Amino acid sequence: MKKIFLGLFWVTFALPNVLKVQKVKADTNEQALLKGLANNDSKAIETIYKDNFTMVQTFILQNNGSYDDARDVFQEAMIALYEKAQSNSFVLTCQIKTYVYSICRRLWLKRLQQIGRFTNQVDNLDETVPVEDDLELHEKRNAEFAIMDRAMNSLGEPCKSLLQGYYLKKMGMQDLADEFGYTNADNAKNQKYKCLLRLKKLFFSQYNIGD
Amino acid sequence: MDDNLLLEAIERYLSGDMNTAERAYFETLRKNTPEIDQMVVEHSMFQHQMDNYSFQYNLKQNIQEVHSKLLERGDLYEGGELSKKGRVIQLWNKYKRVTAIAASVGGVIALIISGLAVYFSPVVNGNQIEELSKAIEVIKRNQQYQGTLINEVKSKIPENAKLISGGSGFLIDVKGYIITNAHVLKGSGAVVVNSKGQEFNAIIVNIDTDKDLAILKINDPEYEPLRNLPYSIRKNNSDLGEQIFTLGYPRNDIVYGEGYVSARTGFNSDSLTYQVQISANPGNSGGPVFNNNGEVIGILSTRQAQAAGVVFAVKSKNIYQMVDELKKSDTAFEKIKLPVHSTLKGVERKQQIIRLEESVFYVKAFRK
Repeated sequence: MKKIFLGLFWVTFALPNVLKVQKVKADTNEQALLKGLANNDSKAIETIYKDNFTMVQTFILQNNGSYDDARDVFQEAMIALYEKAQSNSFVLTCQIKTYVYSICRRLWLKRLQQIGRFTNQVDNLDETVPVEDDLELHEKRNAEFAIMDRAMNSLGEPCKSLLQGYYLKKMGMQDLADEFGYTNADNAKNQKYKCLLRLKKLFFSQYNIGD
Repeated sequence: MDDNLLLEAIERYLSGDMNTAERAYFETLRKNTPEIDQMVVEHSMFQHQMDNYSFQYNLKQNIQEVHSKLLERGDLYEGGELSKKGRVIQLWNKYKRVTAIAASVGGVIALIISGLAVYFSPVVNGNQIEELSKAIEVIKRNQQYQGTLINEVKSKIPENAKLISGGSGFLIDVKGYIITNAHVLKGSGAVVVNSKGQEFNAIIVNIDTDKDLAILKINDPEYEPLRNLPYSIRKNNSDLGEQIFTLGYPRNDIVYGEGYVSARTGFNSDSLTYQVQISANPGNSGGPVFNNNGEVIGILSTRQAQAAGVVFAVKSKNIYQMVDELKKSDTAFEKIKLPVHSTLKGVERKQQIIRLEESVFYVKAFRK
């Protein structure tokens, strides 16, 4: 009998401590997750995905969105979170969940506005943090990404694949030469510079206008 | 071709691949040629953009991969059909942690309960069982013995005899003389039962149907005479309104009743009896009527039909007359000595009853 009582007391007293520990742990966990995200670590991405996606999906679906919309918005929020995590000045002032939700919410409202379907049904009671500045930066980055992407896509083969191999897959010159059938690495290098010149031209034609 | 070489040079310069001499040369070239300087700045910016693009591109790919993977595993749901994997497997993936926790909690509870059961269940031991069976043997033997005793008691009323009436009676002499009503003894013999349930054989000594009184004598070796009687028997008449109480056997148990003397005469102005107000039932006949001092003032005998609480008691002075006559007729009864001193005066009623109880008997009359 005595033993059981002791056991009960232990649980009662130990519980708050456990919670505290968990909270601290959660904070360090979140930091680790963001670090992982900044390094493009699949495990971290998966965890963030699992913890937050359903929440965002529910929100989008409840507000005139589709499953595809939910995926797009969430993935964009992941990119925004990555950008935030990457910046040197970044300090986590809230939970990842809150941040992701705030971003998604803002993004989705904006999109609804763009297509003129905005309704007042979006309830304002959820906990959010101000993300306007972050989103502004994100949009600038997005625009830059879109310019580069368009430039890449208008290159045509084999330039596109060659440059993708070099810049995105980080392949060495020799590997590229093997893959694209050049006699040696120097030939591949020459070809790469030719393509790069073209890409730069395409990029800056867009970029300068956009600036 | 020149453009290519220049671009390569700029790239090497920006990435820090140049050696010191080359680097110094390139820097003077850059300083002296604004076009080249602008190209360097431009390319540095482009390089930065390309890095961002590269990382973001890979990140997007990775995110998309994770998305597909989670969708496949059933961690995400995007409407339509669930992935090719079985629903059960998806559920398992989703709830395996909860299941594990539930299982371990269940296990812990099971352990605690079985521990408790072991802790509290009595330790079984062979010797004790043996002793128990011995004890049962002892109890059995006792029961058999008691059974024979009960049979003996039963035999006090002769086997073919028929119980025809019952009533109450009380001792007038410690030697075993009991007075009761004549109408109680309708048969040919009687047994008396004390308040503890003990039966004794009794013989009828004298019956006076005029006074409705009878005297019995306990004639039984089991009877142990009391040392003295706690009450006395009053010689003169009682006053109206005197508080009275009675003990009797309207049922197998002794019953107490309380009342007062309501008239100096009885039914149809019978001067031998009082009228008393008391609750009495068949079986109370022959019971003593005591006053507060513990004096017997009468013997309950009859009640008036259709009038509740109207009961008649034979006056106690009739006992004296009857005993005196008996003494005269037979010298064997000269030694009867009626109690003249009550020791119950001023004693609490409960105590009075405790002391009176053993002197009041249940009288059972039978006919052979």
